[in-house]
Amino acid sequence: MIFLRQSLTIAVKDLRAELRSKEAINASLSFAIVILLLFSFAFDPSSEQTREISGGLLWLVFAFAGALVLNRSFARELTNDCLEALIASPVSGAALFLGKALSNFLVLIAIELLSLPVFGIFYNVRWTGQFWTLMMILLLATWGLTVIGTVFSALTVNLRLRELMLPTLVYPILIPALLPAIQLTSAVIAGQPLTADLYAGLRLLIAFNIIFTALALGLVETILVG
Amino acid sequence: MIGLCVIAAALLARNLNVILLHLPDEASQGAIYRIFYFHLPAAMTAGACAFVALAASILYLATKNFRYDSIAVSVTEVGLAFGAMVLATGMIWARIIWGIWWTWDARLTSMLIVWLMYAGYLMLRRAIDEPTARARNAAVLSIFIAPGVYITWKSIEWWRTQHPGPVLSIRGGGGMAPGMESAAYWNLLALGLIAVVLVMVRMQQETYQRRLDALRREAHVL
Repeated sequence: MIFLRQSLTIAVKDLRAELRSKEAINASLSFAIVILLLFSFAFDPSSEQTREISGGLLWLVFAFAGALVLNRSFARELTNDCLEALIASPVSGAALFLGKALSNFLVLIAIELLSLPVFGIFYNVRWTGQFWTLMMILLLATWGLTVIGTVFSALTVNLRLRELMLPTLVYPILIPALLPAIQLTSAVIAGQPLTADLYAGLRLLIAFNIIFTALALGLVETILVG
Repeated sequence: MIGLCVIAAALLARNLNVILLHLPDEASQGAIYRIFYFHLPAAMTAGACAFVALAASILYLATKNFRYDSIAVSVTEVGLAFGAMVLATGMIWARIIWGIWWTWDARLTSMLIVWLMYAGYLMLRRAIDEPTARARNAAVLSIFIAPGVYITWKSIEWWRTQHPGPVLSIRGGGGMAPGMESAAYWNLLALGLIAVVLVMVRMQQETYQRRLDALRREAHVL
């Protein structure tokens, strides 16, 4: 119980800091829209193709924009040695990680929910057909993105070239989660029913989340404290 | 170490003789199938390297003994070389049999991803100067890569891939003539020995490096 309360305190702290400064949200939301704009030049956005590749397009945007948020997650604690203070506090590494992951998760979901209508308008795609299935996929895949991103944010926080190392390490590891997310999102936006292949993808996504959440919770103390 | 090196070289010469001069062409693929004798043993060696890297990383985190860190970095580098060999031989085979260099099926893709992740492991090591932090973060990253290795290994059973399914009888394949299968094991032994020698050389370099660093710190204190 105390573990969850500590995590919640950290999450609320991070969210409050984010809502007051809005630096990560503003940067990554405008970045997401810029990428959406750029993609429209890569192919003819009004064609039927858009619907088929919508999953890939959306998740690339989310992954790129997400890296901006996740990069800041631990790096913002570097000023005034806040990270040292957090590590020295009675909060365990796992609780600290879970709190930061929760706050990142909520920020990422907010960015995704704001990007979706923009995507729908610019690309002339009706994405609300299977709204709740889409939300479920969004929540699951975003959790995977958040867990990996947050734990690697802790891993790379003291590095030179931090902004470069995080995406290089995170994207390959994310592929087992991004791949089913892309396929499922494309199918759902195109209005197709979930086939056996897609259910296998959903299982892979859930397994990915469970395995890496467990690994992250178990190892984050080692990363932060040693 | 030199003895092992000689044995590995002799074994490789013997295997090349068997593979190139004594074994007949495969019924449907012709001569190109011989690349399999390097593709599969190299893949198994790379897989073994990944397993040892995981074990050494866990042991480092448990004991904080730098010896395990040097084992982890050595086998990762050697495994990366053997992984490159797997990808290269596979691509040559695919060009002849499939008519294309590359296809995005589960086996090929997961292998490439894992290879890139281990390359990222080496990049991460380069980006950290402090030895303890470097060893710790690298060990954690290695553990995070391990599920990907398992996915790569199992991918030919989990998905319908363009990559052939299991062929060795120990994995329920049984698609090879007995004389042809034993040659694969002989070459596994040869490549495995080469990998062991390379890891030993690399570990010695790590030991010297640590000694040098210690001397440098000592000189710095004086």
